[in-house]
Amino acid sequence: MSSKKYFAVVVGLGLVALSACGSSDEGGSQSESKTVTLVSHNSWAVSKGVLAAFEKESGYQVKVLEDGDAGQAVNKAILTKDNPQGDVFFGVDNTLLSRALDNGLFQSYEAKGADTIKAGYRVDGDKVTPIDTGDICLNYDKAWFTEHKLQPPTSYDDLIKPAYKNLLVTENASTSSPGLGFLLGTAAKYGDDGWEAYWTKLKANGVKVVDGWEQAYNEEFSGSAGGKKAKADRPLVVSYASSPPAEVIYADPKPSTAPTGVVEGTCFRQVEYAGLLRNAKNSKGGKALIDFLLTKKFQEDMPLNMFVYPVVEGAAVPAEFTKYGPAAKDPETMDPAKIADHRDDWVKSWTSLVLK
Amino acid sequence: MVVPVAFFGLFFAWPVAAIVARGLKTDGSWQFGRIADVLAQSDIRHVLWFTTWQALASTALTLAVALPGAYVFARYDFPGKQILRAVVTVPFVLPTVVVGTAFLALVGRGGLLDELWGVRLDTTVWAILLAHVFFNYAVVVRTVGGLWAQLDPRQEEAARMLGASSWRAWRKVTLPALAPAVAAAALMVFLFTFTSFGVVQILGGPTFSTLEVEIYRQTSEIFDLGTAAVLTLVQFVAVGAILAVHAWTVRRRESVLRLVAPETTARRPRGAGQWALLAGVLATIAVLLVLPLAVLVQRSLDAPDFGYYRALTSADGGVFLVPPIEAIGNSLEYAVAATAIAVLIGGLAAAALTRRDAGRFVRGFDALLMLPLGVSAVTVGFGFLIALDEPPLDLRASWILVPLAQALVGVPFVVRTMLPVLRAVDQRLREAAAVLGASPWRVWREVDLPLVRRALLIAAGFAFAVSLGEFGATVFIARPDNPTLPVAVARLLGRAGDLNYGQAMALSTILMVVCAVALLVLERLRTDRTGEF
Repeated sequence: MSSKKYFAVVVGLGLVALSACGSSDEGGSQSESKTVTLVSHNSWAVSKGVLAAFEKESGYQVKVLEDGDAGQAVNKAILTKDNPQGDVFFGVDNTLLSRALDNGLFQSYEAKGADTIKAGYRVDGDKVTPIDTGDICLNYDKAWFTEHKLQPPTSYDDLIKPAYKNLLVTENASTSSPGLGFLLGTAAKYGDDGWEAYWTKLKANGVKVVDGWEQAYNEEFSGSAGGKKAKADRPLVVSYASSPPAEVIYADPKPSTAPTGVVEGTCFRQVEYAGLLRNAKNSKGGKALIDFLLTKKFQEDMPLNMFVYPVVEGAAVPAEFTKYGPAAKDPETMDPAKIADHRDDWVKSWTSLVLK
Repeated sequence: MVVPVAFFGLFFAWPVAAIVARGLKTDGSWQFGRIADVLAQSDIRHVLWFTTWQALASTALTLAVALPGAYVFARYDFPGKQILRAVVTVPFVLPTVVVGTAFLALVGRGGLLDELWGVRLDTTVWAILLAHVFFNYAVVVRTVGGLWAQLDPRQEEAARMLGASSWRAWRKVTLPALAPAVAAAALMVFLFTFTSFGVVQILGGPTFSTLEVEIYRQTSEIFDLGTAAVLTLVQFVAVGAILAVHAWTVRRRESVLRLVAPETTARRPRGAGQWALLAGVLATIAVLLVLPLAVLVQRSLDAPDFGYYRALTSADGGVFLVPPIEAIGNSLEYAVAATAIAVLIGGLAAAALTRRDAGRFVRGFDALLMLPLGVSAVTVGFGFLIALDEPPLDLRASWILVPLAQALVGVPFVVRTMLPVLRAVDQRLREAAAVLGASPWRVWREVDLPLVRRALLIAAGFAFAVSLGEFGATVFIARPDNPTLPVAVARLLGRAGDLNYGQAMALSTILMVVCAVALLVLERLRTDRTGEF
């Protein structure tokens, strides 16, 4: 009999503990309006001081929730849209934007400072605000090409030439966002009908496909720190335009030039958006937070934290970026609606064409 | 019994059921036709086929490589045995995100096999199989070796005195006694390889996919919850079947054997043959298990003056809001909380399972407790999101979610360690105490607790080590201001740059050392009846 009593005590204690956690997290209704919650993917990063300045000015406490990689974060936000985990979602990009919009993830809000956003990044409607851009581009290993007395490729067309046989490693388009970006880049370049023929040639020319960016960059690409240690043998990789600056910034001692370069003719532009979540508990705070994401202070802090480019006019790009990895002048782009219409089919065709 | 059932109902069954229901229900009506649709796809059937055969092959290979090891650990006495037993267990509790990279150094380009014979196995199924041996070696050594050490060698000697050849004596005496443990180990390895995720993703490349990888892809990338739900059900059925067979073999094992203390059965190897066997096993361990781990250490030291380790203490990198070194503290805090939950829940479950009057239902619960080991983390993670979203149980943003998820994985280990010991406590002791007027609580404190104290510590230690290495569930819910070690490693590996890569290696090395120390402490606590893990 009394063992039951013992269980009851334990259950009771457990519930007390749980409710205690609950209340300490939720806070009273008074403090709730003082907290604004940002839901993002795990590449989110910001300088402490910049965020603290916003908190001080606005009077809001910012809580950040990271929800896995970009795709996961969007999916989770859609699953929880009736009772969202936060007020603002940051980090849905143009390849996934339609999924978010079709599912009614966001409510309308025109951000203060929206008029400072550079032309070309706006989307229809006022559900989301563009925050940053980044280019998915081929990176090449400078030392390798010097050693082999070969010019690095300059375009998609070069990659199917015999001189560049067995040199390229890319990512699985169905599981990796740079992999998908590269596929979309070729689809934008060669059109709905031409990209499959291009990939057939690319496959014949020995492109290697691995599952994620980590394996491609750290294990297979001869120009990266990990690749050098792993004696990697692929001097071309699908990565980001900001990867060469990262190779300089995250080196000790810092080299005078980046060990890797960007093939500018092979870039696909990604735009990342933020939006006010439907059913946000603190929509006033959420609006203030979105406004903050467009301030010059945040936009100029972003590049060295998340390795992306600002979208507002006049925001300075750090010298490391301009010096070691200039933004692509004429990247491929694609309308989010078109991506939404074709993404699944293209990935499916790509999978059976390249992986099987 | 009430507490473990409530715990599993609330934090496992309900979330999983919620996400599966979300996938299979459209506009309020069930779409069971989807099951047939999904299973009819040739891609899916291919995945099912690959999942099954690679698990069978991995299990066979693991047994072939690890059984000699189990024998050597059981019957031979040699210096450094305790340390080595801890070392071979390290891979089992390390996250694949950490060692997958290092394992490539063994079988990939420029790896040992490449240098010696020009053989490269990366993105072949061989890399997957070898990595499965690497991760599951300890399961066989601990499960089979634990029992082997307690079999009385005199029985085999008696058979030989009566004229049996040594092979015949082994086959007729030792093998039957050992068979249930071998079967149990094989089934555990089969379970772990059937649900393999990280190994297949990292080493297999995009052409190989297990059921678990496919569930992840459908849920996380394609967002086809219907297909994911069907696959989850398929995996559920398969894992349930594996566990049912496992529970059956375990029960058989606990029946008839006469066991002796392991210290009395091990002795120094004698003769060239025995020394050669020992040397062979040690060489296997060195190449297959220690070498990949050593690569991590070597890469972490590849900067002058421990540069990567020093970089861990600064927050300048920008990958985190905090210096990466703080991940160690976070990991330890989470692991302590997870261990406390796992020991409480697992201990109560084990106590309930040992009661004489435990009926069929309760014994079935034994197998159910193991289910979290076989259900994909992404399913549980997404389930948490939609099931635990209302006060007072809106835990989606609470720190407690991480230890809760880790405890789900730790509980089975606690139960498996405690159960044999609790079952061995003589019921008459408890009855005598009760007759003399002790309350049940007092009976437990005075009779059971002293006898199971060491088993409890071992269970706690294992749950602790498993929590430290847990990645799949944690990565879904860890908060940016307090990443755990495996989460921090994964995030560092996701960034370009020498320092990020080096720091990932340094953090991995630290995680490895912390796990090894925890396991080494366990070795000192081993009791004679806690062989299962």
